Amino acid sequence: MKHTYLKMALLSTALVATGAQAQDAALTIESWRNDDLALWQDKIIPAFEAKHPGIKVQFTPTAPADYNAVLNSKLDAGSAGDLITCRPFDASLALYQAGHLTDLSDLDAMSNFSDVAKAAWQTDDGAATFCVPMASVIHGFIYNKDAFAELGIEVPVTEEEFFAALEKIKEDGSYIPMAMGTNDQWEAATMGYNNIGPNYWKGEEGRLALIRGEQKLTDPQWVEPYATLAKWAPYLGDGYEAQTYPDSQNLFTLGRAAIYPAGSWEISGFNAQAEFEMGAFKPPVKAAGDTCYISDHTDVGIGMNAASANPEAARAFLSWVASPEFAEIFGNALPGFFPLSDTPVELSDPLAKEFVGWRNDCERSIRSTYQILSRGTPNLENDTWGASVAAIKGTSTPEELGVKLQAGLDSWYKPQN
Amino acid sequence: MTRPRIRWHIPVFLAPAVVIYTAVMIFPLVNTLRLALFSKIDQERVFVGLDNFRTLFFDPIWSEQFWNALGNNFWFFLIHMLVQNPIGIVLAAILSHPRLRFSALYRSAIFVPTILSFVIVGFAWKLILSPIWGIAPSMLDAVGLKSLFAPWLGKEEYALTTLALISVWQFVGIPMMLIYAALLSIPDEVIEAGEVDGITGMAAFWKIKLPLILPSIGIISILTFVGNFNAFDLIYASQGALAGPDYSTDILGTFMYRTFFGFQLQLGDPHMGSAIASAMFAIILVGVCLYLYGVQSRMRRYQL
Repeated sequence: MKHTYLKMALLSTALVATGAQAQDAALTIESWRNDDLALWQDKIIPAFEAKHPGIKVQFTPTAPADYNAVLNSKLDAGSAGDLITCRPFDASLALYQAGHLTDLSDLDAMSNFSDVAKAAWQTDDGAATFCVPMASVIHGFIYNKDAFAELGIEVPVTEEEFFAALEKIKEDGSYIPMAMGTNDQWEAATMGYNNIGPNYWKGEEGRLALIRGEQKLTDPQWVEPYATLAKWAPYLGDGYEAQTYPDSQNLFTLGRAAIYPAGSWEISGFNAQAEFEMGAFKPPVKAAGDTCYISDHTDVGIGMNAASANPEAARAFLSWVASPEFAEIFGNALPGFFPLSDTPVELSDPLAKEFVGWRNDCERSIRSTYQILSRGTPNLENDTWGASVAAIKGTSTPEELGVKLQAGLDSWYKPQN
Repeated sequence: MTRPRIRWHIPVFLAPAVVIYTAVMIFPLVNTLRLALFSKIDQERVFVGLDNFRTLFFDPIWSEQFWNALGNNFWFFLIHMLVQNPIGIVLAAILSHPRLRFSALYRSAIFVPTILSFVIVGFAWKLILSPIWGIAPSMLDAVGLKSLFAPWLGKEEYALTTLALISVWQFVGIPMMLIYAALLSIPDEVIEAGEVDGITGMAAFWKIKLPLILPSIGIISILTFVGNFNAFDLIYASQGALAGPDYSTDILGTFMYRTFFGFQLQLGDPHMGSAIASAMFAIILVGVCLYLYGVQSRMRRYQL
């Protein structure tokens, strides 16, 4: 009696399992963007499933801080999803080298992306691309339009105008000129150094030259941004040394600070919090008419688990992610995360539109420390955080910082020329 | 003459503790020590002997961080020894005074922070000391001492001391409770006998009570030592894994975490991380041994 029950139970599970297999290919997506769960479930996945009946997609995010560790253990155990959201550069490259990600260079839709967009998910020689670029974030400055109007300040274009504006806000005294702290360190490097830097080292030109070893971090174009950062200090408000990232966000959205050195990922949060009108301006150039360079940093990609049971379905999904249709849904649902495909996308959020508009006027680059150069010990990205903070606080001169960073890099990095 | 029986109840009663302790303590510990002898080269795990330790102690980049973290650890410990334990003893002495009213209330109030999570303590103090929203600057302002305020947690020269004092605030209840219990166990007859001999007040504390609670102070010192050299949570919760500003609050725990699990673009290196963890283990082991054999065993005990 007992046996029959067990057999029947086994039989029925087997039937259900085969039944499901015959009907659909099911895909699971691994991601750290748990903030975007609703967007994927309500908009992106239904749009895809409508076009591809027979493929069922599930979005299963992990908390951002745990993502890398959880993903690695899932991949090693063979229980990871079919599609894998890719962190930029080395974290994903390591997965590709370990054989966890499939080479996607032959995917037709890859031609929709520029080389800069793909660089984050390529082998060092650019021969294999293993993730489809999904989104980038752009750096610049967000400002309080009301405050600017009240004080009669024009949006600064050159560095001189920028510091004149800061000085004017400081003199007036009703606003903190700029909201940034050095407590968490990364803002100083990400929203400071790598925000204004591309104008000095001429974007990709300098970044690639640094990787090739033709330029050094002691060269003026790499040192000068630190000198400029040092000039920010008097405008950062009292006690900026202990001011954290959320402090800065709150100071700005509460209307107590006039300018916020930003990444475009702030847009949706700021739209919800701030009660005044916001505008954005790009990193100021040295002289009017200079070519401007912006940091349009590739941040999110998506690739395919080499052990996926449904490679065909996964490829279909990836091709769709590379399509303009996906770009339009994604870009509008997440203002501030900009699709990377070459076809321009019409965005509805005014602030996001301003940011993405710079792509037409300026040369694009990515953060200088992300590709290859942060592979060894000491880690150049972490060192840049410390150096940017030291520059602002004035604890080291820009030249000393350049020498120190280059020495750290030289200790393990041998460029191939 | 019968052979001695095997006393089965001994292994049976020992087994659960031995099995659990081996599984969750001894095995991970030995495995960490083992992991420290390997390195990953071209996706392969290779045995490198003591190479990781050579890197840690002699490579300028690693050793600078290691000695910095170790030095900070000693400073952290020193502040606890100089501030937390004396205050704990004084509080216990006051609390054990027979004529103090509401002593149970004070005792609970001082002990409460100890049961709070590090995360809560870290964030609460960060807010209290925040130059923007904190109550510390406005309170100082109210008494006209605003000029004394500095963004302490953001300054290289103050940050570690500030964090050590926060930790003292949190844990001062522990030495207080232990000393309090020791003080209560001193029989009244001893004190009264002293009184007959003319030893009263402060003299009674220095000459009678303090020698009797010395063993407890010894235990507290060693608990503080182990706790401080294993510290991590408070620094991580308030300053993050980079232990800013400029690594001035970096202690062995945060250094190990950053190395083992990686940070931002820095990929984790379990082997170097294990080497640091092994070094921590060795430092604590040596410290505890020195203390147990050098101090504790020579301490005079009194039969009460």
